[in-house]
Amino acid sequence: MAGLVSAEFKRSLIIQTRVIGALLMREILTRYGRHNIGFMWVFVEPMLFTLGVAGLWTLLKLGHEHHIDIISFALTGYSSVLLWRNAVNRCNLAIAPNLSLMYHRNVRVIDIFLARLVLEVSGATISLVVLSLFFMAIGWMSAPADVLTMVFAWLMLVWFSVGLGLVIGSISERSEVVDRVWHTITYLMFPLSGAVFMIDWLPRALQEVLLWVPMVHGVEMLRHGYYGEWVTTHYNLVYFASVNLVLLLVGLILARQTQLRVEPE
Amino acid sequence: MISIENVSKIYGTRHGPREVLHDVNLTIHKGEKIGILGRNGAGKSTLIRLISGAELPTSGHVRRTMSVSWPLAFTGGFQGSLTGLDNLRFICRVYGAPIGPAIPFVEAFSDLGSYLREPVKKYSSGMRARLAFALSMAIDFDCYLIDEVVAVGDSRFHEKCHTELFEKRKDKAMVIVSHSPAYIAEHCERAAVLSNGTLMLFDRVDEALDYYHAQS
Repeated sequence: MAGLVSAEFKRSLIIQTRVIGALLMREILTRYGRHNIGFMWVFVEPMLFTLGVAGLWTLLKLGHEHHIDIISFALTGYSSVLLWRNAVNRCNLAIAPNLSLMYHRNVRVIDIFLARLVLEVSGATISLVVLSLFFMAIGWMSAPADVLTMVFAWLMLVWFSVGLGLVIGSISERSEVVDRVWHTITYLMFPLSGAVFMIDWLPRALQEVLLWVPMVHGVEMLRHGYYGEWVTTHYNLVYFASVNLVLLLVGLILARQTQLRVEPE
Repeated sequence: MISIENVSKIYGTRHGPREVLHDVNLTIHKGEKIGILGRNGAGKSTLIRLISGAELPTSGHVRRTMSVSWPLAFTGGFQGSLTGLDNLRFICRVYGAPIGPAIPFVEAFSDLGSYLREPVKKYSSGMRARLAFALSMAIDFDCYLIDEVVAVGDSRFHEKCHTELFEKRKDKAMVIVSHSPAYIAEHCERAAVLSNGTLMLFDRVDEALDYYHAQS
């Protein structure tokens, strides 16, 4: 195997890791500063969001008729939304404010996207894990039926977020229309993304339509992992993986195109 | 060595594509000092960015087998909302240089005092220039790319830059871009003239100067 990886590739990998690390530190400092809790906002912010939504849904008695426990339902659903929404939002228009950094040869368009993705994915993941452990500890949530399936579903959602982030981040550099349209899409996708319903609760015709929405498969799988056989879930891993693969490929190609177009300040 | 092979650069503008550099060839050896003369807008800065790798050529190749600095132009290259010190840390991380020894050097060289711990956006343009120059001197390169160095700072700082660059680093390669013939004549062994997107290379500086003057 070692022969397949050239020395040049290894050297490039080391440089890229170093650059992404540097961008990550810089990103945390510019966004959160050194005041109050500093970098902890990375996951405290999504935690507050999730808590707020969980509280609101409890008041609205969402899912009550399906005898599902609201806290776990909100946690699995809203964390998924936060993951893809924040990751993509941070890639959107990420290049322009960082143009001055492109003065340094090794700082590439893709590194800026990846640094922001790492930060958002970590934030959403830590938030989900910490809140789950907290609610389990105080007895408001039971332990998941199958942690491994949850991890797998989460990784699939991360894959989706990375691919979509690269695509939106790259095309937002070409046209400001993307930024405006993207916000509308995010807003509309929230209720359609599987966070606020389970496919099984819906009429058959609607199920078929909603199963075209990629992230629905991720959320359903995540809930399958959490609730186990106790709920009926509908998801197609092959479909979700295919969408993710296409998004990632298109995203990488577009990021490369963007690299050729950027002109540092 | 840096070799620039058949490099062209086309920018998209509102009036259609504009070719800024056309089929440029240049080789820079270790320790060599090359001057590039050109009027404003001749494409000097574009060429230096292509050499640094900050931008990619539309066609052709730039190969580097020695470490090359970013274009030292006293602006750009840092983030306004971060402090001078955070910018230093960022640059050290990007280039894989140790942060520890760089801090006292930048403190002493930039003369910014407590301002090093203030966001760069609060700096005056002179302070920014001092920080930018100090940052670029804090990391060791085989080749320095210098874009219009002459225009900066008061005479005392000018003197310091001169010592740091041309005395302490006299064995390093340099590419110096300027519209000042005197500056190029003082520091370079070879020179090239950039006009209308093409680069004319001369073995002797005075030949380049003659050509440059003959054009105007």
